[in-house]
Amino acid sequence: MSRADTAANSGTRGSGEGLLRVAGVLLLLGVWWALASLVLPQMGEVAAKSLPSPWAVAERLVELAASGELLVHALKTLQRIATAFAIVLLTAIPLGVLMGWSETLRFALDPLLELLRPIPPIAWIPLSILWLGVGDAQKVYIICFAAFFPLLVNTMVGVRHVNPSLVAAASTLGASRGQILFRVVLPAASPFVFAGMRIAFGIGWMALVGAEVAAALAGLGYMIMAMRQGFDSAGVVAGMVVIGVLGFCFDVGLRRLHRWLAPWHLEFTQV
Amino acid sequence: MGAAIRLKDIKKSYYSARDASEVRALDGITLEVPDGEFLSIVGPSGCGKSTLLFIVAGLVPPSEGTVFVGEELVTGPGWQRGMAFQDFALFPWLTVAGNVEFGLKMRGIPREERQRTVRKYLEIVGLRAFADKYPHELSGGMKQRTAIARTLANGPAVLLMDEPFASVDAQTRQLLQDELLRIWGAGETKRTVLFVTHSVEEALYLSDRVVVMTARPGRILEDLAVPFERPRGEHLLKDPWFTDLRLEIWSHIKREVLQGNAAEMLPEPE
Amino acid sequence: MAGRGGARTHRVGRRLLLGAVSLILALLAWQGVATFLIPRLYGSYAGALFPTPGAVLGTGAELVATGELIQHTWASLRRVLVGVGLVVITAIPLGLAVGSSSWFRALAGPPLELIRPISPLAWIPLTLIWFGVSDLQNVSIVFITAFFPLLLNTIAGVRNVERSLTNAALTLGAERRQLLRYIVLPAALPYILTGIRLSLGLGWVAIVAAELVGAVTGLGALIEDSRSLVRSDRILLSMAAIGLMGAVLDQGLRAAQRRLLPWSPGGRL
Repeated sequence: MSRADTAANSGTRGSGEGLLRVAGVLLLLGVWWALASLVLPQMGEVAAKSLPSPWAVAERLVELAASGELLVHALKTLQRIATAFAIVLLTAIPLGVLMGWSETLRFALDPLLELLRPIPPIAWIPLSILWLGVGDAQKVYIICFAAFFPLLVNTMVGVRHVNPSLVAAASTLGASRGQILFRVVLPAASPFVFAGMRIAFGIGWMALVGAEVAAALAGLGYMIMAMRQGFDSAGVVAGMVVIGVLGFCFDVGLRRLHRWLAPWHLEFTQV
Repeated sequence: MGAAIRLKDIKKSYYSARDASEVRALDGITLEVPDGEFLSIVGPSGCGKSTLLFIVAGLVPPSEGTVFVGEELVTGPGWQRGMAFQDFALFPWLTVAGNVEFGLKMRGIPREERQRTVRKYLEIVGLRAFADKYPHELSGGMKQRTAIARTLANGPAVLLMDEPFASVDAQTRQLLQDELLRIWGAGETKRTVLFVTHSVEEALYLSDRVVVMTARPGRILEDLAVPFERPRGEHLLKDPWFTDLRLEIWSHIKREVLQGNAAEMLPEPE
Repeated sequence: MAGRGGARTHRVGRRLLLGAVSLILALLAWQGVATFLIPRLYGSYAGALFPTPGAVLGTGAELVATGELIQHTWASLRRVLVGVGLVVITAIPLGLAVGSSSWFRALAGPPLELIRPISPLAWIPLTLIWFGVSDLQNVSIVFITAFFPLLLNTIAGVRNVERSLTNAALTLGAERRQLLRYIVLPAALPYILTGIRLSLGLGWVAIVAAELVGAVTGLGALIEDSRSLVRSDRILLSMAAIGLMGAVLDQGLRAAQRRLLPWSPGGRL
């Protein structure tokens, strides 16, 4: 009843809501512009420079794109996350499946993992700098550390929580243990694995940005930090926008990928 | 004091903006329920019986037509039209007593009187000892008894019940039916009850009158008076007349179900 | 019955044994690598780069004794608590509003959705420009990190209130304006408390990051400091302290959740 009701009202509501959405964005831009161009300049020159107007940011963004500087740093950042993610996928998923499937392995490795897991990836930055310097290897290390545990834990939980009726049904249909693992358990656990991937990516992305801001020679995080030192606040915000857009695209992309690979998952079939 | 329910030409349609289609749930229901009568509505799944109940409750507006409960035109939900839900709808953060007290509290009844009323109704449904338990600690039957106590404690003029026993096991169901009859029959005044159910047997066992609905779009197909005397008891289940009536009503429904299966089904409202 | 109990204790025993064995093995491996492998690769720098377990413990005792560890931990914790406190008083009301009103959701949604994708740590340079190296800057990073998890959880809590609960309340005589306080808030509470727990956890991570770059006190600053002194034993110790504190905060909040939600089996989602 509630669903149908909403459908009944959505005809008249749609245009009103659309208008409000646009109003919301305009409100944001308006407040931003007002602060940057009207309020802050009143508070002194330093304050005036601290928040660039939307227009200044747009200009700077175009500049950076045109000069190629943006591309260089963006590629560097992307390269790092792609490498790290590949490593994480190839290690966390198999290990997660094994640990979910085998109680012995899980009992053995769990305490170790529970000790390492609470240490935030960011906290690894200084040590990794001592070991690996501030280059790509160190960045990849940090991302791996960040993304590994969420994916591992989610995969493990997914495998452990496969509906026992499914396994029972498969075995009464003649499947061997190996077949059950690959043809029943893995598909059944896949929603968790995908959820884990999205979470892992989010955390990895955040860790990468943090690592590049903290200490790097290239990459988007480095770029905005360098711009801060040059008091180029428009550049800083432009960089932030790019980081935001990229992060968003990745999340949407992962969701699309998920839907393409597993359209039968509940989140895509239920309204 | 109870009240009569009068439905006049109730129609309900749902529009989907996405594909500009109209789904006709109810197609002109006119019904009069005299004060104090126990009326059941049965029909195939998706025939709109729950929708009809929600319209009487005022939770869903009709597309056309009017509902009067007593002298009042129904325009929204209110405590005069108490309702029991299939999933019990108990507030998990309140104890049994807290739940039963809820309506009284919302209406601003003073504390002393509230507590007296709560005690009384807990006694009536036999849950006095569980007053401080939380819903998650109760069995299905106990939950529904709490829900019924909660609604009755509020003293509504009519009682609307949306398949209240569908979520409990068959044995508990039988016991709850007898309890409902006992509570209903023993009240200060017999309240008007509008009872929606899938089970023809249940409808015949409990009610004074049974209305059978068609498949979607819902209309009234049959309207029968139930001839059995009260108090009702399990002996009724052996009565051949009971069985005959049951089969007769079922054959109507079965026909509607089979016809309806050919068309697309609207899911029952939540 | 007896057999089942016996099997269970057998399983628990096995778990403890396997866990203990693997931890001991890991410890030995650590000691082994620190004592034999690293010196071979890095010569005299070995101790500074890769401490033995013993060195870490020793440093730990030292830092606790001098009170340094407590001071820095408290500095970080203070900032996190302020930041999360601010998040609680802003995100919960906002979440309630967005969750309950589709108009408000349409208005406030897009601005929020535009800001959210910007990774919280990407705000560090901008906030440094605004506030310089200061407590305020640190707190602001905690704020931006902790804000959205609590907001989203609150919104989910509101939107997931079962329809039949509001229907029941209405048929019991509640007025629409009473619904927020008596139905929505209690029903959403598990989500909100989980949101606070998540926010606190993320805020704790954020403060370390913020302090790495922009603070003189606090565990993040301690780590960074130790790095410039090339004292990996201090680094590891600080990392352990950070991890431990994070775990303590999380467990503490879980316990609080169980207390505050006696009506929920398990006390939480």
